[in-house]
Amino acid sequence: MGSHGIRDRVAIVGMGCTPFAEHFDRGLDDLMVDATTEALASAGIERADADAWWVGTAQSGMSGIMLAKALQLEGKPVTRVENMCATGSEALRAASYAVASGAYDLAVAVGVEKVKDSGYQGLNAFPIPTDGTNRTLTAAAMFSMVLPAYAERYGVEPDQLRRVVARIASKNHSNGAKNPKAQFRKEMSVDAICAMPAVAGQLGVFDCAGVADGAAVAVVCRAEDAHRYTDTPLYVKALSLVAGNGSGLIDPEYDYTTFPEIAAAGADAYAQAGITDPRSELALAEVHDCFTPTELVLMEDLGFSARGQAWEDCESGVYDLDGELPVNPDGGLKSFGHPVGASGLRMMYEAWLQLRSEAPVERQVATVAQGRSLALTHNLGGYPGEMVSFVGIVGTEPSA
Amino acid sequence: MRGILAFGGHLPHRRLDRSTIAAVAGGGGGKGTRTVAGYDEDATTLAVEAARGVVRSSPVVPAALWFATTTPTYADKTNATAIHAALRLPPQTMAADMVGAARSSVAALVAGLAGGGPTLVVAGDVRPGLPGSADEAAGADAGAALLVGDDTAVAPVLAELVGRAARTEEFLDRWRTPGDGRTRQWEERFGEKRYVPLGTAAFAAALADAGLTADDVTRLVIASPHARAAKAVVRGLGVAKEALADDLGATVGNPGATQPLLLLAAALEQAAPGDVVVLLSLADGADALVFRATDALAAHEPARPIADQVAAGAPLPYPTFLRWRGLLATEPPRRPEPARPSASAASRNADWKFGFVASEDRTSGGVHMPPARAAMHGGAIDDMEARPMADVAGTVVTSTVDRLAYSPSPPIVFAVVDFDGGGRLPVELTDCDADEIGIGVRVEMTFRRLFTADGIANYFWKARPLRSADGTVVRVAAEQAG
Repeated sequence: MGSHGIRDRVAIVGMGCTPFAEHFDRGLDDLMVDATTEALASAGIERADADAWWVGTAQSGMSGIMLAKALQLEGKPVTRVENMCATGSEALRAASYAVASGAYDLAVAVGVEKVKDSGYQGLNAFPIPTDGTNRTLTAAAMFSMVLPAYAERYGVEPDQLRRVVARIASKNHSNGAKNPKAQFRKEMSVDAICAMPAVAGQLGVFDCAGVADGAAVAVVCRAEDAHRYTDTPLYVKALSLVAGNGSGLIDPEYDYTTFPEIAAAGADAYAQAGITDPRSELALAEVHDCFTPTELVLMEDLGFSARGQAWEDCESGVYDLDGELPVNPDGGLKSFGHPVGASGLRMMYEAWLQLRSEAPVERQVATVAQGRSLALTHNLGGYPGEMVSFVGIVGTEPSA
Repeated sequence: MRGILAFGGHLPHRRLDRSTIAAVAGGGGGKGTRTVAGYDEDATTLAVEAARGVVRSSPVVPAALWFATTTPTYADKTNATAIHAALRLPPQTMAADMVGAARSSVAALVAGLAGGGPTLVVAGDVRPGLPGSADEAAGADAGAALLVGDDTAVAPVLAELVGRAARTEEFLDRWRTPGDGRTRQWEERFGEKRYVPLGTAAFAAALADAGLTADDVTRLVIASPHARAAKAVVRGLGVAKEALADDLGATVGNPGATQPLLLLAAALEQAAPGDVVVLLSLADGADALVFRATDALAAHEPARPIADQVAAGAPLPYPTFLRWRGLLATEPPRRPEPARPSASAASRNADWKFGFVASEDRTSGGVHMPPARAAMHGGAIDDMEARPMADVAGTVVTSTVDRLAYSPSPPIVFAVVDFDGGGRLPVELTDCDADEIGIGVRVEMTFRRLFTADGIANYFWKARPLRSADGTVVRVAAEQAG
């Protein structure tokens, strides 16, 4: 038994991503067609060249038919996958493992979500019949509970910690402002973010991810075939997923200052990729900043900051665009927006642009020019105490 | 000897100052306060809260549960079964409703005292009334419960029934079409004219039945939806003025069918062994029940004395009262309304949903809320035993206020609660203001209605802060809270 990974057996050779926005004038099919067209073009292939397809959506459609119909795929295996907000990453994982197994030569992972057609703000899960005893909190409220717990455990003044997480939002807004595909392209000061009325706990609306429609797509093939499609493929170094057992919700040992599923997925991914010091080895990280306290805790769970240290590292600019390890250079969920099923692949799209030096100059990370060639994407679904967590690592060089 | 084995009441946390009514309603109001059910309380939950203390205080298992109310949550479906489930009574205990009229509760009490096994008589009312009406100002929301049965060594009778009488007569005094938010009344003098002779006759007959005279009565409890008749009947009974019990009208108000049981319980709280306590109820006739307090009463300490609850409570603005009653339509949160609970899922999980029974892993002692088959952290499967948690207190580990989530009265105050002796649950809080809650706050569980969807009342448990005598929430030091 063991998690062996598929290091360097699969490469990403094409990617596409729609702008993430309130696409009131674009349907689900439009988003899938647009992102897929861009991805196939970047790999220099046609729809018929792909052998198998995975489409990730949390609640915009059912079954593989939703994609087969939109793209008129005939006689192909198409599977819908879902793992809450980690759905896009799950689609990539499925496509990559299918190619690594030798079952297919060329597979496509599509992530898509149409969120704004619900008529509601925020995300709303499908009503599943239950006994009515489950909590009905918003995700914002669940993640807001991290702040008092973190302040208590590490002796940080609550007001100071509130400004730290506002700085995280401000950083991501600043990065997103430089991204033409991002939902929110306006810089936001820490003071302005702190001045917003609270929606849940200490969190204001600008501590929450943008809610957008969008799609993102990756084309994967066997590593040895990669150069048939592109001169600059990304090699898949690690794909790790942990589905939490929910014990955080019922175990008095859990203290809301860490997300064990993320720490576990991170450790597994680093082992698969052969990484020992992520903070110095990675060129960038795209992480699941659904709410600002999430990004704070993530810095520790992913091993970028020591325990109890992330708030100071965030404050001192370690994770800024020009910092030691740029985090969410594309703006993150905060500014790029969060179409649930697409976000995991959107993160990978930024790794694709940055590692290939294709990101616009104003937001290109300096770490790539300095010789770092690895990027991490982290994608989660669920709540503190009960979440799924994905960590992926890609790089421009096959291992020696 | 048959009589009362245990008694108790439940008054909601919130109080409406009657003097605040007229400014909004244009009239009505008056002096004093009345109790107001939380937006998450109804006749059923009020009854559960009252009955919990009663059931807990006695080793007797009721053979029957009679639930009386003028404001049932359901028609067609029995409401008492939810109370039965929340109290975790055995399936052999029959549970049935006696609903609709103010007299129902006395009827349930008389039926319980008439014989058979131990009987739990419960009442809960959320009195309706239009803004500015006398019923709104004088009404009250409350629950009350009496456990009645035969005298035994383990559960002695605290107050023996020594006499009883009833008078029944058809006349139109108060009436309400089911579903209507107001009760209509005939002019008061007519009702008074009918009630006074009926009450006088029932009182005299009950005393005769007991072999007592009016001079023997130490405490007289008069309950009636007809306040004027209740006041008038006293004059002709020949009972000493000092013996007349407080009708709680100035502080609590009149909680409909609950009133006779609540006032009787409150009177028994004050009574001493040997006291003769008479309940005279005027509602569609007259009922008089004569009790004599036994020596066992001296040793009885109610879990939550009604007198203490009368003195406690927190104010509620009149506009909020109107909103909770559905009399002031406000913009709902712009979120999808919750889905109705599944009948089959609720039935499977009734021990958890209604009884708040968790499971405990035999190997690790880990408490699973809700109960699970597989123990957390890789433990055994199907090696659990039931662990009742409704009466276990807890401490807030971390908390938040959710201003986005759907609630009948936003915002939702929510906390992660660690229970004494093990067990954790993220749970909604009630009967508190958001700024009172934080790490270290001590809480207890209370049975509530989370919301209603598709006409289905979604009952479950919430936590409410423990309060000291001055009303402030109880906290432990932060280091103990972790």
